[in-house]
Order: sequence, then C-alpha cells, then structure tokens
Amino acid sequence: MSSDTYVIRHARILGGDPADLVLRDGVIAVITAAGAASAEGAIEVDAAGLVALPGLVDLHTHLREPGREDAETVESGSRAAAAGGFTAVFAMANTDPVADTAGTVEQVWRLGHEAGLVDVQPVGAVTIGLGGQQLAELGAMATSAAQVRVFSDDGRCVHDAVIMRRALEYVKAFDGVVAQHAQEPRLTEDAQMNESALSGVLGLRGWPAVAEEAIIARDVLLAEHVGSRLHVCHVSTAGSVDIIRAAKARGVDVTAEVTPHHLLLTEENVASYDPVFKVNPPLRGAADVEALRAGLADGTIDAVATDHAPHPVEDKDCEWSAASMGMLGLETALGVVVEAMVETGLLDWAGVADRMSYRPARIGRLDGHGRPVAVGEPANLVLVDPARPTTVDPHALQSRSHNTPYAGRTLPVTVVATFLRGRATVLDGAVVGAAVDA
Amino acid sequence: MKRHLLSAADLDRDDALLVLDTAAELAQLTDRAVKKLPTLRGRTVVNLFFEDSTRTRISFEAAAKRLSADVINFSAKGSSVSKGESLKDTALTLEAMGADAVVIRHGSSGAPHRLAHSGWIQGSVVNAGDGTHEHPTQALLDAFTMRRHLAGGKGDLEGRKVTIVGDVLHSRVARSNVLLLATLGAEVTLVAPPTLLPVGVETWPCATSYDLDAHLKDADAVMMLRVQRERMNAAFFPSAREYSRRYGLDARRMAQLPDHAIVMHPGPMNRGMEIAAEVADAPRSVIVEQVTNGVSVRMAVLYLLLGGATLGDGSEA
Repeated sequence: MSSDTYVIRHARILGGDPADLVLRDGVIAVITAAGAASAEGAIEVDAAGLVALPGLVDLHTHLREPGREDAETVESGSRAAAAGGFTAVFAMANTDPVADTAGTVEQVWRLGHEAGLVDVQPVGAVTIGLGGQQLAELGAMATSAAQVRVFSDDGRCVHDAVIMRRALEYVKAFDGVVAQHAQEPRLTEDAQMNESALSGVLGLRGWPAVAEEAIIARDVLLAEHVGSRLHVCHVSTAGSVDIIRAAKARGVDVTAEVTPHHLLLTEENVASYDPVFKVNPPLRGAADVEALRAGLADGTIDAVATDHAPHPVEDKDCEWSAASMGMLGLETALGVVVEAMVETGLLDWAGVADRMSYRPARIGRLDGHGRPVAVGEPANLVLVDPARPTTVDPHALQSRSHNTPYAGRTLPVTVVATFLRGRATVLDGAVVGAAVDA
Repeated sequence: MKRHLLSAADLDRDDALLVLDTAAELAQLTDRAVKKLPTLRGRTVVNLFFEDSTRTRISFEAAAKRLSADVINFSAKGSSVSKGESLKDTALTLEAMGADAVVIRHGSSGAPHRLAHSGWIQGSVVNAGDGTHEHPTQALLDAFTMRRHLAGGKGDLEGRKVTIVGDVLHSRVARSNVLLLATLGAEVTLVAPPTLLPVGVETWPCATSYDLDAHLKDADAVMMLRVQRERMNAAFFPSAREYSRRYGLDARRMAQLPDHAIVMHPGPMNRGMEIAAEVADAPRSVIVEQVTNGVSVRMAVLYLLLGGATLGDGSEA
C-alpha cells in the first residue's frame, strides 16, 4: 500500500460545510473542522470551495480492449475515467473477442489492475459471442479472479424470452444481475434515429420507443415471475420510465440506468446529420428527456451510467448511415449531470453521490466503492469545483477517441482531484499516473 | 439562392419561381438546332453517383454540357468507392481536382448535407437524391411540368390539387414534392396504405388519405410513385396484386380524373404494379415530358448556383 498521506482542507462534503479530511493507508482516517487537521508529512490539498463526493462508479463503459485498441484501451479508458472523477468502471463485454469466458474477463481485470487508475470491473457476456443462443459460462466468470457479478450482451438485446428467463434464474446462484440492452431487434432493423416526425422528414429509418419499452415490459414480468434481479441499461424513453416505476411499485427487483446524453441532448441534433450524435439507443424527444430527469430525481432510475463508447475518427467522419453508434461519456458525465439535474434543482449533491456512486456500486455488488464519505471508509473521493466551468475540447480529452457530442460546449463544473484508495489519480485537473500499490 | 441545393426546403417561393422561370427560358434552347450556351465554360461539374441512376445522371450531364461546363462522371461502380474509399476521401479528391459543383446521388440520407457542411469541399453541392430523404431537382421538374399544363407556364401553383400516390415512406421524391408544392401554393394529398406513410406525416404541409378513389375526381395532377415489389416481403402490403388493386392507377381510375388532369411518374415505372400500361401511354400522361423538363430545370439550377446572375443581364454569357 502506498504511503502518501493527504490532508484535504476546506472541502465541502456532499456540498455541506467545509471540513478537513486526512487520507491515510487507503482510508479516510480523519474528518475534522476546517483548518484543524494536522498530519505529519502529509501532502496538503487546498479544497476551498470544492465539493467532495464519493468516487464515481460507472456501470456501463466500453473500454474496447481487447480488439479495438485503436479506439480505446483499458489504460486510456482508465485515464478518462479518473479524469471524470470515477474510481470504478464496469467494462462492457462486447470486445473482440467477446468477454464470455473466465480467461477474457480476467485479462480485462488484470489490464485494469495494471493501469491502476480506477478499478476496472469486467462485465461478462450473457450468451456466447453475444449470439443470443447459448449461455456463456456465467459461473466460471463469477468465480474467476474478476468475480463478475454483472452480465450483459450490451450492444445486443437478449431477445429470446427463454434465454433471458434462464439467465435471470441462473445468476441467482452467485448474486449476479442481468443488465439488459432493451431493443427488440425486428422493430429496429437498420434503425438510424428515434422514430418521430423528425425521422420522417430526415428520411432516416426510425428506432421506435416501443422497441425498448416492449422488452422492458417483458423483462420485468420475467424477473417478477422467477424472482430474479434485473438491471435495465440506458433507459431512453418516457414509456420505459413508466414501466419501471410501476414494476418497482409492485415490488419487482429491477434497477435502471440512464446515460448523461439522454438527460441533456435531444433528437433535434440529428438534423445536422453529424454522426457524433448517432448513438444507440438514439437521442429522443424533449418530453423523453423531461421524463428521464424526473425518473432519475424520484429514484425510479437508480443510476447514471455513461455508455462511454469510443470510436476512431474514420468511423464518425463519414455519412450518417455508415457511422458507428456511440459517444464518449466518462470525462463529461459529471458536468452533464450537474447541468441537467443539479442546476435544475432536481438533485442536490447528496443525490448526485447516490445516483453516480452509491447505487451503481450496490447494483454491481462492488464492495469498497459507493461508500459514504466517513471516517474508516475507503478513501475513494472526487473533488469538484462547482464554480469553474469547463469548455469541452475533444482533443484535450484523455480518451484515445474524440467523439464527444459536447465539443465546444461549456459544462458547469471541473473535476479537480480524484483519489483511489487514498492515492491521487487526478490532481489539479491532471491525471497523475499509474498505481504502484495494492 | 443558397450556395447548395440539398432540400426543397432550401427554396423559398422567390427562389423556386426564379428556378422555374430560368428553366422556362432555357427550355427554348431545346428547340434550337444548336442546344448550347457558353455560360459555364471553364467550370467543372462532377456527377458523383454512389447509386445506379442512369436517367438522373445523364439528365445532369446533358444540363451541364449544354451550359458548356466540363463534366466529370464519378460513379461508385468501377471506382475506388467499391474498394471502400470513404465519402470524405472521395470529396477531398474532387476538391483537389477543382470541382465547382458536385452533383451527388447517395444511398444514405443526409450524405449531400455532410458533403456540403463538413469542410471537405468548397464548391456547391446539388442533391440528386439521398436515401429516403430528398430529391429536390425532381420536385422542381415536376413543378415545372405542372406549371406548364396547369398554370399557363408561369407563376405559382396556387390552389392546384395534386394527389401523390404510393410508397411515401421510402420516397425522396414525395418528400421534396410535398415541400416544394406547399411553397408554391398547391394542395397536396398523399395517398398510401397506412404502412407506407411515415410516422409524423400529419405534421407535413399536406393532407393524407388511404383511399385513392376519393382523391381522383377533383385532382389536377396525379403522381404515381414507384413501389418495389420486395416491400411485400417486409409486410408493407400483402401482395403486388392487392397493392395494384387498391393503389394502382388503371384505366377505370384514370377515367374518373377531370379532363385537364395530368398523370405523372418520376420513373422508373413498374407497369402493371402502380400504373397500368394504358395509363402510362395515355395522352394525359406527361411522363416522357418530365424527362425533357428535367434537363431544363437542372440547367437552371446549375446556372443559378454557379453563375449567380439572372439570364437577362447579358454580361455573364
């Protein structure tokens, strides 16, 4: 364990009154009155005006390694995550090869460990090769060194009702959860954007809301029937929020996430035909954005998850239909959430901590993350300057790719520092290198 | 006029009338022995066709050549495009060759928009049909043809009733026609089975109907859209026979039209599917004339985008 000790002065924990924190031996050793802490040989961090949050946890990240190291690597994605204030990310399984064996998830886990900037927790595929036909060896992944608890064919929907039912049942043996990419495949063949009046005008094949809602409705019924835990990825429509709200009220063990971009952007951006706005599920209408914000505020939607999806330039610098789906998210997530949820009064800082740290860590069964900022807890922290806006420069990002939809946009906050188990991964807004600890 | 013609919505009423009036002047050329003007001498027009469309390509080619432009035909077949070269690299190549205008046909909706607004090229971009989005010069030649037969060859189409029938969902011709005809004051009714009308069509500046027979008696023009037989495999309609029975224009239906009404089709036709042979070849069919008018209208578009002045001022030629 690295031996650096930090004294963080005048930090506002969850936006509260200023206090000093001492981080030592990987835990929060002391919390005391502002200016009162003293620690021999400690590194001083002036956090006056900064908000301290628990390290953020992203349930949904595409790190692209193995297979598409031209878009992102575990190392570059880890840098992006740390820069965004994350201390743990769940790496999706749609790599090449697919993370559908113990060997592959252990490889990703080990690469994350070597990068040492965030805890990289692999997600295992539900079915072999994301093929939707045959269950992958979920138990082997669960008992591997990576200790996989979240299983997802993300990018594809587990559309076969029998396969979905079996997966939901099977993962109960090791407290796993199936994270569903809800997209009825036949209703969305070659779909390019939200199906709406605008898709009709733009001549782009529609991705109707019902294709998401029909799968979520089926899956909450399946989860209810077999008594299993279901997680819904990147909820994007008002109807989906209603279905999940009703299921929760009935006692179904369902959780859900929303992406930052679905909280801020609408399909109107697609009228530019600029593929940086091409994403799956697609950007929806303003009424959907409102419903998603309300759902996140009232807890129907448990978590913000980035769906960080790096793509090389050539996969976006082309005509719309030829472009890949997906956008970067790790380095802008907190700023977007503050703009969409905090500045609108829908969430306070404690709410941000809950939706971006506590709850996603619990859904993913990630011990050691998503813990309160309290004495004795793991020193996973992020310091945010709520008064210092950031203008997004795609080429200044840590990610290996540049496909952010926020280029040139000013987001309201800046991540100043991130600590992973008491070691700084970001200081003064800059990533400060890899770990030697643990 | 704007620098590019990407959508019929780029044309306000004055722009549209300017194109149509210019086309009318240029059309008189067609009757002369020497069908050529020196207007675009030394300018380069590239026909960039990623989809097969011989009729549209030769129409643009004839238009550019009659204005004395240098024409380069760049088709996807047999070019580097089929080897996987990107739209961007193709565009950069054309820019390096000094294209003053690029006429683009592409299977992807919005490709002309990308070409015009991505900073890849400096010249004007003319949309010659993109995916299921738009085909603005087709709408212009259709309006030109209607104006000749229904409005004495001048002015707008105020109050004229136009029935457009068929696969609106997949039709770039329908989209551009609805926009341009609304700009020119015509009253458009789209007729199609519900499966072939786009979501949100109620927000378009036109009426819609599922019943063709109800929209023939007072129509000034009927435009039949091409319907691919393969659509029935995706359950848009049960069979070609049923489609033809409910939405095809046959002699019985043609007889319900007023005497002055014209029958149009953007081509290529599926005879026996959306249009009966005897209708396609009837005196009131203006389908062949549409092709002729296409050259005049495309001359006008290229002239106005590249020349910038009105024909009458004489200084340009």
